[in-house]
Amino acid sequence: MTFLFYIFAALALVGGIGVVVNRNPVSAAFAMIVSFLGLAALFIQLDAYLVGVLQILVYAGAIMVLFIFIIMLLDVRVEENRRFPFFGALCTGGVAAAFAALLLVVLNRSEVGAATLPALAATEGPGSSDVHRIGELLFSQYWFPIQVVGILLLVATIGVVVLSKKELK
Amino acid sequence: MDWHIIIAASVKIVVFVFLVTLPLVAMSVWAERRVSAAIQDRVGPNRVGPAGLLQAVADGIKFLLKEDFTPDHVRKGYFWLAPALVMVPALMTSAVLPFGSSLFGEKMVIADLDVGPLFVFAVASLSVYGIVLAGWASNSKYPFLGGVRSTSQMISYEISLGLSVVPLIMIYGELNLSSIVQYQAENGWALLPLWGEGLSVKGFLLTIPVLISFIVFMTSMFAETNRLPFDLPECETELVAGYHTEYSSMKFALFFLGEYAAMIIGSGLAVTLFLGGWSLPFGWLTPESADAAVPWWHGLIHIGTFFAKVIALILFFIVIRWTLPRFRYDQLMRLGWVFFFEIALFNVVLTALLMWWLA
Repeated sequence: MTFLFYIFAALALVGGIGVVVNRNPVSAAFAMIVSFLGLAALFIQLDAYLVGVLQILVYAGAIMVLFIFIIMLLDVRVEENRRFPFFGALCTGGVAAAFAALLLVVLNRSEVGAATLPALAATEGPGSSDVHRIGELLFSQYWFPIQVVGILLLVATIGVVVLSKKELK
Repeated sequence: MDWHIIIAASVKIVVFVFLVTLPLVAMSVWAERRVSAAIQDRVGPNRVGPAGLLQAVADGIKFLLKEDFTPDHVRKGYFWLAPALVMVPALMTSAVLPFGSSLFGEKMVIADLDVGPLFVFAVASLSVYGIVLAGWASNSKYPFLGGVRSTSQMISYEISLGLSVVPLIMIYGELNLSSIVQYQAENGWALLPLWGEGLSVKGFLLTIPVLISFIVFMTSMFAETNRLPFDLPECETELVAGYHTEYSSMKFALFFLGEYAAMIIGSGLAVTLFLGGWSLPFGWLTPESADAAVPWWHGLIHIGTFFAKVIALILFFIVIRWTLPRFRYDQLMRLGWVFFFEIALFNVVLTALLMWWLA
């Protein structure tokens, strides 16, 4: 099934390039969704069904819908008329290529890249799906961080409501 | 890779999706027209074939042969992509629905995932892009308004749809749809706990949150599939035809069929979660476990039961459409955010309290 990996990895990469290259914001946003879908497929190939499905549900299905909604409503056209910044593109492309080369060299030399990670615990039988295991970890070992994150999100929500009100009484 | 698995999966996909679900889509269009006619004291399409049953075929041929007109002012690529984006997610979600127990030792579900309902919600949430894209790519005012309405409506009701399922998942302790159906076959359907472990004080008390869930789920389903009384994205009196105003021929038909396919899959999910999926009432012909082999005629009866329940729910969808008037847009939003969201949240807490108290 390696060919599936290459297909979806290519999908994710093409989507990512599309985000950068497209001048039209709606096209860029759609390229981002394609990239997310490729990424989700890669997660699912690693048997991480929950992570893959959440990737689609949260990012592709909810956040990007809002992005596109706002972009369409505002009808942003500034980008389309801008001249292509040749020098800037050359510089950023160079930096990106240098970083990729660095990663390639480092990962090839270090032992982390060579070692095969141990397989996950039992994958058969009841209570062994990744949903069960992630749930158990979240509500036993990591219960405190979860509470903190929950409170942070609540504070952020209240903050947004307060900020978006025109006048405070 | 095992060839046996690939061939079995392909056969299941072809038979379930293309030979059963797609004809069911066409037949529900016919049922819609006949039921609406009966409700309005008309006759409806009854000329083509016995009782008009072949009307769907005639419609399909008409759509295929009509001129496929693409207006000049549209964004071509996206305009062509949009109808496919409505149809494909609707059919993709059918992959995780268990439409029978097993037949000749083969489980009657295309992909037996451990994240069943989440997968359905995730893929179904992608179908909003088809409508958004149709509205935006048409480059004209009414389709755009329809697309914007549809987006806000679908993301609003997605929340209550997802939350309404949480109590059930808490009760089942399971996200695998096949196991959920097996549990219901042994211990009573979620809405009808009259046998097995369901026949107890706990089973009866838990039907209260399940019933609330069912009402929230079904109503959100109407909003998600853009059906009346929530069909604001294509409401004729305000928006001509909404997001598909500029479409013609088969591209229009794809939007139409996508809506019905989403309705069928939604009914399938409701049947699986609330009404016991393929299982018969009172534990008749229940297989011993989710993986146990059953005689072939049991398997066929289970498949028949599943589709009988789905068709009953589709008829319910149709009858509702022709009896209720359309909501106003602000009423729709208020209902989603002020009532259903809170009810669904409260329902989760109620279920947790009940389960803790009865444990």
